[in-house]
Amino acid sequence: MFSYCTDPDTLEGLTWLSCYLTTGKHMAFYRSFGTVMVLLLITAPVALAFGFGGAMAARARFAPLRWLGKGYSAIVRGVPDIAFFLFFVIALDQGIEYLRLKIKCPDWSEPVRQGNDFVVCAAAKMPLSSSPQWVHEVYGFALAVLTFAIVFGAFAANVLHGAMRAVPRAQIETAEAYGMSHRQAFWRIMVPQMWVYALPGLGNLWMILIKATPLLFLLGIEDIVYWARELGGSKTSVFTYPHPDWRLYYFLALLVFYLLLTRISEVILARLMTRLSHGQATSGAGQSNGNTAKGLAI
Amino acid sequence: MTCFETLTAYGLRAIGIGERLLPKRDFTLCEHVTLIGSGMLWNLYFGVLALFFGFFLANAIAMAKANRRWWLRKPAEWFIFIFRGSPLFIQFFLFYEIFVLLPKMGWDINLGFTQITVETRWLTRAWLGALIVLILNTTAYSAEIFHGALKSIPRGDIEAADAYGLTGWKRYRRIVWPTMLRLAWPAYTNEAIFMFHATTLVFFSGFPAWRQKGDALYYASYFADKTFNPFIAYPILAGYFILLTLAVISIYGLINKRLNRHLPQEARRKLRLRPNVIR
Repeated sequence: MFSYCTDPDTLEGLTWLSCYLTTGKHMAFYRSFGTVMVLLLITAPVALAFGFGGAMAARARFAPLRWLGKGYSAIVRGVPDIAFFLFFVIALDQGIEYLRLKIKCPDWSEPVRQGNDFVVCAAAKMPLSSSPQWVHEVYGFALAVLTFAIVFGAFAANVLHGAMRAVPRAQIETAEAYGMSHRQAFWRIMVPQMWVYALPGLGNLWMILIKATPLLFLLGIEDIVYWARELGGSKTSVFTYPHPDWRLYYFLALLVFYLLLTRISEVILARLMTRLSHGQATSGAGQSNGNTAKGLAI
Repeated sequence: MTCFETLTAYGLRAIGIGERLLPKRDFTLCEHVTLIGSGMLWNLYFGVLALFFGFFLANAIAMAKANRRWWLRKPAEWFIFIFRGSPLFIQFFLFYEIFVLLPKMGWDINLGFTQITVETRWLTRAWLGALIVLILNTTAYSAEIFHGALKSIPRGDIEAADAYGLTGWKRYRRIVWPTMLRLAWPAYTNEAIFMFHATTLVFFSGFPAWRQKGDALYYASYFADKTFNPFIAYPILAGYFILLTLAVISIYGLINKRLNRHLPQEARRKLRLRPNVIR
């Protein structure tokens, strides 16, 4: 990057470090922090939408739909989220390819599962084997986002369902007394009021989501954990920048990154909670549900 | 192989008893269930021990955080902040690297009458190294829960204790601690559930599964990788974990009942099984 970096063997001390930290691979490492942030920013609204759908389904008057909604939000409590991640990444991939097989190759007669293989016709491969590298990367990332959204959507469904039940019953009764239909009371009265009850839970969920992002590594994405292991491992003199095993320092850097991220979120969430609880008949940010507020005491 | 033979061959495979080689092809449902079930032994081992040691440590850290003296309070606050603010996954990696970098030889500690050799190589093994990380992690989360409960003990309870002339250790032992535990218990149940879930991360985060002795998720992903079919191994794993979660809930529910036994029936706090305090 710098002009004096052409011959690293002659460098020493800080200049060596400045060259070392600006190599192409390090740039990819810095970009992967962006990947994490992009994942967070896409996943959060999608998961919230999933959660809203789940909570609505859990309240439905049509029993099978209600069971579906309740089952969706209940299952993540019983099963480790990492198992879901590992499951959905393969399951979604195979599901998509199976659907494409049905559409693109209708006269495909062989079974899809042959022994230990999952076989579909070439046109149904997703992404196509002929497509460029970036398509593969984007597809992998999209699968990861969808997986995260499904898992965290279930958590969000749980939180939102609780929040909907926390809206005082009298509010709904008043709406009914005004002649609102079930649907109107839900959208005009309950939904606007439930957010303040949901916020502590959703804030908590946001923190968990942040702390789940390193699991991207297990889904085969080249994220910060991947690069920290890659760059930190000891490099012999064959490499341009030889160094001993520095993974400890790389992981320390990741630790600091996550501590900053959670700390900043905590402060913002606490502010948001105080603002939203203005004029609300809740105990406010400080008392009963004070997960975010409790963090402030640190 | 019949199912019974599979059970005897692989039932304790996760702790190194039985057949050495894992099945390679033509996996039967029985093999799935047996091997993943034997992996659950590790999840139980990590979860139970981490919760046990973490409980006592968390009490101490929570007391330290509530202390007025800054040199007790600050370290406790930082400890909780670091372990709650960063992902467990990163903590595993970080500690593994620290353990690897520790000098390979042991230290000889002379206790006068006997000589103890502290060997650091065990720390890079999952059974000890990962257990230490899990203990520290659950300590931080539980300490935060206990500290929150400590802060919400009704003032009247403390005043009543004062009025009875209870002070110091006696007041803590008889009034403060039981009340704190009672208030914290629903949230602590959640922590316990998620602790068991967190044990599945161990073998995916630096710590190697020595001689393929892994936990339930390790074997589940082994099967899923070999067969390229996630629809059998992972649901079996899910089944085991749902059973484990139900067991945790009922055991903690019994303790909750005992903690609240002096209260009138309606005032008893039901265990709220809504993930309000999930990690």
